[in-house]
Amino acid sequence: MINSILRNEEKAIFALRELYGKYGYKPFKMSKFEEYEFYIQNKDFLVSDRIIAFNDTSGKLLALKPDVTLSIVKNGEDVEGFKQKVCYNENVYRVSENTHQFKEIMQTGVECIGDIKLYDIYEMIVMAAESLSLLAGDFVLEVSHLGLLSSLLDNICDSVGFKQQAIKYISDKNAHDLARISDENNISDNDKKTLQKFVSIYGERNAVLQDLEALSDYLNKESINILKTLSNMLDNLSFGGKIKFDFSAVSDMNYYNGIVFKGYINGLSQSVLSGGQYDNLIYKMGRKSGAIGFAIYLDLLEDLPSEKQKFDIDVLLLCDDETDNKVLIDTVCQIIVEGKTVSVQNDDVGKIRYKELIDVRGRGINA
Amino acid sequence: MLNIALPKGRLGEKVYAMFEAAGYECPSIKENNRKLIFENEEKQVRYFWVKPSDVAIYVERGAADIGVAGKDILLEYTPDVYELLDLNLGKCRMAVAAPNEFHDDGQKTLKVATKFTNIAANYYASLGREIDIIKLNGSIEIAPILRLSDVIVDIVETGTTLKENNLEVKSTIVPISARLISNKSSFKFKGEDIEKIVESIKNQVNNND
Repeated sequence: MINSILRNEEKAIFALRELYGKYGYKPFKMSKFEEYEFYIQNKDFLVSDRIIAFNDTSGKLLALKPDVTLSIVKNGEDVEGFKQKVCYNENVYRVSENTHQFKEIMQTGVECIGDIKLYDIYEMIVMAAESLSLLAGDFVLEVSHLGLLSSLLDNICDSVGFKQQAIKYISDKNAHDLARISDENNISDNDKKTLQKFVSIYGERNAVLQDLEALSDYLNKESINILKTLSNMLDNLSFGGKIKFDFSAVSDMNYYNGIVFKGYINGLSQSVLSGGQYDNLIYKMGRKSGAIGFAIYLDLLEDLPSEKQKFDIDVLLLCDDETDNKVLIDTVCQIIVEGKTVSVQNDDVGKIRYKELIDVRGRGINA
Repeated sequence: MLNIALPKGRLGEKVYAMFEAAGYECPSIKENNRKLIFENEEKQVRYFWVKPSDVAIYVERGAADIGVAGKDILLEYTPDVYELLDLNLGKCRMAVAAPNEFHDDGQKTLKVATKFTNIAANYYASLGREIDIIKLNGSIEIAPILRLSDVIVDIVETGTTLKENNLEVKSTIVPISARLISNKSSFKFKGEDIEKIVESIKNQVNNND
């Protein structure tokens, strides 16, 4: 019964918290506000630098959280041999790209901060895939390693401008403009072919790893080895086939390094899950450890197809001043006992869609 | 079923011909009526005509799985989509134009009239040039003549309109043409169908070159 009245995103919160708990991730409750100055110092890591700020009662300038990860990193400490493993469910406040207005976004996620090993990366990817599987059966989790992209571009051109444009075109799967800027920047034919090949590699993990062999002179060997080992570890999972390699999953390289991933659900027009290793942020915040995590944008789940309700209520019960209260109470109790929902109103004015109408207007105790 | 957004007008008709030649025909689209949505159940395709500048929105929001949009629109609105193919149709360029005698000595803020404010802002930011953008919605060419602006940033096809108004191209920002775009999520779940279409249309583009 409770399950039937919960919305998609409300059900997801409970299911996801239970999942993360199984892997030892403890809920992390944070304050609604942070000092405004904190976000200004770290604005490079925020999606947008527009933040809702206000003065508290002592005059201190505070901000509504535009990001959760920053607060978690700030509040943790480095302890050798210990990994801080937390999950959260928080609202963040960001400017919508479409409306250019502030929007409240319900976000759930996990963070693991400490000496990150390959197992931790594997565990994070598995939790991401399991999260998607809980939200919808048909999903794809695409995984990339930013070390491949940076080594490829470092081997081809020194120009920062070229690299920035190339990253944008690779993330757009835009081979034609990548070819154009290669020509404009006098990139050799061999290097141009390598870039074109790199854009075209995505999909099933083993096929991708095979294709990467042809480009191995250009790519960071350690990054390839990490992908190979990870892929072997993921082979044993029942949903392993839904975890693919796709190097267009390029996240902000100021923030992320190493493994990054994005999750898609069939029926939703944009990625619902995003995450990866973010050691760069950790270093900037003065901590020495590594970190990996992901966030799920629960508000997007509203768009998942669900059964349209034909009725607002099972029974519309009409009463008036003459209706005896005992009759009214007994009728309501009887309807609820039968497992139905009821709305008591004075008249049927067409605002409520109901299955059944019971009219006890004018019914006194003796009626 | 693959949903395909086509830009209304001559460009859209040329694009549809490419889809048709690729084996994804939908005969009802050629009927003379006011319908906007056309479906071929057998080929599992549904086409719809939309305003050219709206194609990217339909694709980004997933109402269309793929579509065809001008590079000018993609640069101006930067939708989060995959740009899979340059169709080499509707070729022109985004350029800075000014009166023939104009010379930018860089000593004062440059007044730029344009419909494409983001493209203009990004271009001049890359040059480190201070500008004042004047957003116009049409007849951009008269802005420098009436001294509303120093230069304009606009699409140039043949350059005839510029010439007739004593303007000339001072620099080209980027070449423009029609691009086949895909919704990112659709590409994950309907990737095989989309790639088949892209491959077939790519062959047509290469043969036309």
